[in-house]
Amino acid sequence: MQIASMHFKSRARSNMNDAQLQANLRKMQGKFVAKRRASLTELDDFEGTRDAGMAIRQRALDDLDAWLALFEQNAVRAGATVLWAETPADVNALVLEIARRHGVRKIIKSKSMVSEESGLDQAIEAAGLTVVETDLGEYILQINGYEPPSHIIGPALHKSKEEVAELFHRKHGTPLKTGIEELCLEARGVLREHYLTADMGISGGNFFIAETGSVLLVTNEGNATLGTTLPRVHVAISGIEKVVPTLEDAATLMRLLPRSATGQSISNYVDVLTGVRREGESHGAEAMYFILVDSGRAGVLGSEVREALRCIRCGACMNHCPVYQNVGGHSYGWVYPGPIGSILTPMYAGLEHAHDLPAASTLCNQCGVVCPVRIPLPDLQRKLREMAFERRLRPWPERMGVRAWAWVAKRPSLYALATRIGARALRFLGGRDGTIRRLPLAGGWTQERDFPAPSGRTFRELYAKRGGGRR
Amino acid sequence: MIPSNGLGKGAMRVGFFVTCLVDLMRPSIGFAALRLLEGGGAEVYVPPGQTCCGQPAYNSGDRRDAIDLARKVIDEFEACDYLVAPSGSCSGMIRTHYEELFADDAAAQARARALAEKTWELTRFLVEVLKVADVPGRFDGTVTYHDCCAGLREMGVKSQPRALLAHVRGLTVREMAEPETCCGFGGTFAVKFGEISGRLADNKCGHVAASGADAVVMGDLGCMLNVEGRLRRRGDARTRVLHVAEVLAGDGRPAEG
Ligand code: SF4
Repeated sequence: MQIASMHFKSRARSNMNDAQLQANLRKMQGKFVAKRRASLTELDDFEGTRDAGMAIRQRALDDLDAWLALFEQNAVRAGATVLWAETPADVNALVLEIARRHGVRKIIKSKSMVSEESGLDQAIEAAGLTVVETDLGEYILQINGYEPPSHIIGPALHKSKEEVAELFHRKHGTPLKTGIEELCLEARGVLREHYLTADMGISGGNFFIAETGSVLLVTNEGNATLGTTLPRVHVAISGIEKVVPTLEDAATLMRLLPRSATGQSISNYVDVLTGVRREGESHGAEAMYFILVDSGRAGVLGSEVREALRCIRCGACMNHCPVYQNVGGHSYGWVYPGPIGSILTPMYAGLEHAHDLPAASTLCNQCGVVCPVRIPLPDLQRKLREMAFERRLRPWPERMGVRAWAWVAKRPSLYALATRIGARALRFLGGRDGTIRRLPLAGGWTQERDFPAPSGRTFRELYAKRGGGRR
Repeated sequence: MIPSNGLGKGAMRVGFFVTCLVDLMRPSIGFAALRLLEGGGAEVYVPPGQTCCGQPAYNSGDRRDAIDLARKVIDEFEACDYLVAPSGSCSGMIRTHYEELFADDAAAQARARALAEKTWELTRFLVEVLKVADVPGRFDGTVTYHDCCAGLREMGVKSQPRALLAHVRGLTVREMAEPETCCGFGGTFAVKFGEISGRLADNKCGHVAASGADAVVMGDLGCMLNVEGRLRRRGDARTRVLHVAEVLAGDGRPAEG
């Protein structure tokens, strides 16, 4: 996917002025936040479960090589083929190679964010094959000219049902519908045909289980269940970081994932798929492939933001982020939006293309307190700010401003003088009513709000006059 | 380094960290905090050369300057029994981030840790260390309390300011919707991403207005300037924006010196 993260500010502006989008975002936010909160009360010890989830993910990452090797060994034993993709381009090439080998003409796909990184659908179509997205949200985006996803759990959450109804009417040539159920039925009718005629199914992978060589898939629509068992060939694509040691570990993480994501105790469908269909088994693919994708992940593992790889893609950080809630997922300009996107995008697609993202945060840590695997997201955003500062990627007035401030703050006498002058100047600018409506060098502030002027004397000045500090 | 005190041995020596914003923008908050600390029985020492905790540099990615300023604060305050600041944000910087700044220097890190462990946000210190129950403040009206992010999520400040406000004569607390949602200040974020910051501030002002309170009270001056600035720009000249120390120590009117 083309990266557009340097347009963050302008996209955020237009999204904040889009009344329809704002209404859709508000609706979604209320639902996610309330449902998550309600679902946590079912767990006796949510904080303890978070600790366990974090430890499981950390253990997997600490010995990633070993767990991946074990996964490969067990997956191969069950009859699957394990392939490794170093770059996004490799992902596309491997999929097309598998398709060629098996004489595939039509591919159905359940949700895979990793395949968005490489623009897999477009590559498949460019090769003359057909691909159909079966996750309802992804399907909506696909028939809308491959509109980018705005959320990792609900890629089309930015759309209202009226917008979807209008889209279906236009693309399917059917009468305009109004109810959500009717719309789902219509999509189901269209998709059923594709399930029955597809040669290959592509899925993502929520977890790869090392001890069994299985992939675990979480969906609410059951589309992954059909899409991975009806066609002859199944290809599961996900990042190398998604491996967990044991089934038990996956079960613990499943106590966290649906609750954090949608507030469900468990998603409607959970598939654990191991190997190819064997003698006497009623369903399953005849050929099964895993494509394990690096695409920058090994680099993250060796970096200061490695904790981001613990992510289980629940979306809670964005659902609770005040910035995301107001600017929407498209502002972030790549595959992963919100707080986790502000870490992954610069790491996978280049900090030079995305340094606005870690900067566009108040560091309020609402994300960190909801993350089920305790990723310290604001700390990681700050690490990326440090990298951007060192590489001089931020505008120079910004860098010089902070350096100059610090230079003065290290010199108490100079600082005292500067603040005395500053307090008086600001007071002067405040005029009679003590309100500054335009402040030089801080237009970003005064464009949106007034600046309350100070009283004109610094605390240290007044305190010294009182005889303080010499007692 | 600390001048001898008249209280004799055993008196609690509290180093007061004014914070650069209070020093420059609203000294009345500093004096209100001093009154509360002294009223609670602490002997307060105000290091005269103090400036800034280094957070603006730290959050801008300027790690080297942040380290220099952290060293300065440690030098100035480590001899005190406690460091108290009328800010969850600055106390949070010292308490939760200083140690990490010295990851490559074990000796400095130990000093940073020692200071972190005795660093407190004002209201929590008043309630949990000084066990203050009575406060001199008087406020005739309703207030609503905004939980500033760092105080809430780094310093565990939630019940303490409310417990203290309950002791202010004439005052009623009326909670607004989403008191824990960020007001959009975020330090330099408010200037770099003015429009987003302004939108977040506007949402907060909507909740404040809907509460119908006479004043919105909070524990961080940065957030106060943000909320007050947006309230005034929205045309609300009535709702006052006060620091919790100002309300607890007096009638919430500026009283300097
Ligand atoms: S960073 Fe944490 S909260 Fe965000 S999607 Fe990943 S696991 Fe969920």
